[in-house]
Amino acid sequence: MRAIGIILAGGNNKKMKELSNKRAIAAMPIAGSYRAVDFTLSNMSNSHIQKVAVLTQYNAKSLNEHLSSSKWWDFGRKQGGLYVFTPSITADNGYWYRGTADSIWQNIGFLKSSHEPYVVIAPGDGVYKLDYNKVLEYHIAKRADITVVCKDLPAGTDVSRFGVVTMNEDSRIMNFEEKPMTAQSNTISTGIYIVRRRQLIELIEKCAEEERFDFVNDILIRYKGIKKIYGYKLDSYWSNISTVDAYYQTQMDFLKENVRDYFFKQYPDVYSKVDDLPPAKYNPGAQVKNSLISSGCIINGQIENSVLFKKVYIGNNCVIKNSVILNNAYIGDNTVIENCIVESRGTVRANTSYITEPGQTPRIVLDKNERMGMM
Amino acid sequence: MIKKEMIAMLLAGGQGSRLGVLTSKVAKPAVAFGGKYRIIDFPLSNCINSGVDTVGVLTQYQPLRLNSHIGIGIPWDLDRNVGGITILPPYEKSGNSEWYTGTANAIYQNIDYMEQYNPEYVLILSGDHIYKMDYEIMLDYHKANNADVTIASMPVPMEEAKRFGIVVTDENNRITDFQEKPEEPRSNLASMGIYIFKWQVLKEVLVKLKDQSNCDFGKHIIPYCFEKDCRMFAYEYNSYWKDVGTLNSYWEANMELIDIIPVFNLYEEFWRIYTKSDTLPPQYIADTAKIERCIISEGCDIHGEVYNSVIGAGVTVEEGAVVKDSIIMKDSVICKGAKLDKAIVAEQVKIDENVEIGVGEMAPSKLDKKVYAFDLVTIGEKTYIPKNVKIGKNTVIMGQTSAEDYADGVLESGDYIIKAGDR
Repeated sequence: MRAIGIILAGGNNKKMKELSNKRAIAAMPIAGSYRAVDFTLSNMSNSHIQKVAVLTQYNAKSLNEHLSSSKWWDFGRKQGGLYVFTPSITADNGYWYRGTADSIWQNIGFLKSSHEPYVVIAPGDGVYKLDYNKVLEYHIAKRADITVVCKDLPAGTDVSRFGVVTMNEDSRIMNFEEKPMTAQSNTISTGIYIVRRRQLIELIEKCAEEERFDFVNDILIRYKGIKKIYGYKLDSYWSNISTVDAYYQTQMDFLKENVRDYFFKQYPDVYSKVDDLPPAKYNPGAQVKNSLISSGCIINGQIENSVLFKKVYIGNNCVIKNSVILNNAYIGDNTVIENCIVESRGTVRANTSYITEPGQTPRIVLDKNERMGMM
Repeated sequence: MIKKEMIAMLLAGGQGSRLGVLTSKVAKPAVAFGGKYRIIDFPLSNCINSGVDTVGVLTQYQPLRLNSHIGIGIPWDLDRNVGGITILPPYEKSGNSEWYTGTANAIYQNIDYMEQYNPEYVLILSGDHIYKMDYEIMLDYHKANNADVTIASMPVPMEEAKRFGIVVTDENNRITDFQEKPEEPRSNLASMGIYIFKWQVLKEVLVKLKDQSNCDFGKHIIPYCFEKDCRMFAYEYNSYWKDVGTLNSYWEANMELIDIIPVFNLYEEFWRIYTKSDTLPPQYIADTAKIERCIISEGCDIHGEVYNSVIGAGVTVEEGAVVKDSIIMKDSVICKGAKLDKAIVAEQVKIDENVEIGVGEMAPSKLDKKVYAFDLVTIGEKTYIPKNVKIGKNTVIMGQTSAEDYADGVLESGDYIIKAGDR
């Protein structure tokens, strides 16, 4: 493809509560086997983008571990490859990334030394499949300066955490409001952009000169009258995981057959780091209904409408309902968990119970009990 | 200069004819095991876990699946700049062109491969055993004894000893006699087919015996070394080791994995077993599913009932289907209402609605009494079984069958249908 990729994965987000204490949003576990950034990385790989930079800052370690090798997404090439850029102090810069535009500016050398004519910019927290070639074709056909991938959310959805766009009949973006209290439309920006590389360099350098740091406010909104900014409507599944509720809901979406079929069975595949875990094991007493179970799990109890990530242990007589159990959690015997998210590596003591009332934001269970002589 | 202290040569060219139709299209080391694994994953994982990073894999019989499984060795971390994994098929020479005619002959034909690494020691492995073993400890033992040859061996019940190559040792574990499949075994210490040789010794013997027809380690190399008074030692091994050479031992070894705490435990952090996983997503267990005492791999879709079974990656079990005491390999589909009892179902099989497998009285196999026994039903890869048929015990089915192949909709116990032409 005639584009390079930039994945913006540096931001913190208070709305993820304790879940973001130890990991970047892009490193959030999704659907049993994946991390959020896998979706965008796989899309880029499947769109034949060969050179991808991931810009990280907040809790970068979690993401760096996941991206320790580029081979899982097939980026281990002589041409191009996968680059992870964290802020660094240089002779003429001593700042952290002060915003999305600034993070690109601090790595402007990556843009300048590339020769591909276009750049795909995407956040690391979107769950979707997209062939960016289609967006690029659209971008070229519209002779756009910037193309923003947009999504119509169902009427009545609270869009106050998104960028809301209004388009004219030609799909040109006429208005762009960032996180508005009252929105004029339910079409939102997915944060995926295509822009010509030289154009991007120019815009970013101008921003930096004026000490402006944010891609949305300082480029998309300021330039909307001058530059031709077009919206490309995404009509397939798209979800953003930036709040605890949205994160939980995205996991639950994967219990729906059509969503599973779309992501797990239809071409192209989503790739992730391979963990070499044995198959899941069901011992006597296991009763599992409408749930996703990942490799390395050992199950002795009852599970309903839940998503179990890798290497989860469920003790005898447990009842797990409507919950998300993250990687490597250990749930002791006789435990009841309903409508909760159990943090990874958590050890939930035997004979305890964690229940969130339905309709409330799922409680995050962070039980850090010592594991004695187990596994 | 390139130098590796010890390199491994992994014999993976055999057919494994006692696994019947399971190996009609794949070499035995490439047969699926324990859900997501293939048999060769065990010796390969042992190699990398023991620090052996140079492995030559000798292939001959039906190598396609083996080759694509191994690739450049990424899953086992054997993609190396120097060394790593190399697939060694038989090749044409200017003088004589021959296949690998025996285990030792195969190694002889690859002397050049071994020589380029200047090894001190060569480890000979076979690709069809299930075990975890630290070859480095065996090497330390070999060095401590200043041995020319060390043979890994394990005690077996005396009455089974005549099926194996038996070593007789003195109090220092030095081998004082060697009996290949003896009528009257003098010890119960069986050779596991795992050898460490001093490279110079191995090379010399291979060249000496190069004209031996079907040159084999157990039959020719080891007896020859013994005659020549080489320092030969037995390295006693006492953990889990299983030769999955017959359908029954294959089935049993799989079933042992579902015990609550299996003797051969794949869930230990230490000594992981690696494999190429091409399916990543979690498995989905539906409302209608019932699962007990099973291991189930990635990407499965389970809507029916599964008991005491080992299920490979990407398998679908539809609503109302009941699978008991069975092994189902990768990407197979068990349709609505089908019932399976003690079946081994190979990869990409489709068993259509309401088929019943493993019914009726026991009867010996008409195809091969020795291979297809133990009341197991064996279904070869890419087989299709049409709706509503009933299939007896000790049966074999291979190929795209249709309703006409089943007289009165029944395949009697002991009967077989093989359509692919290949046995």
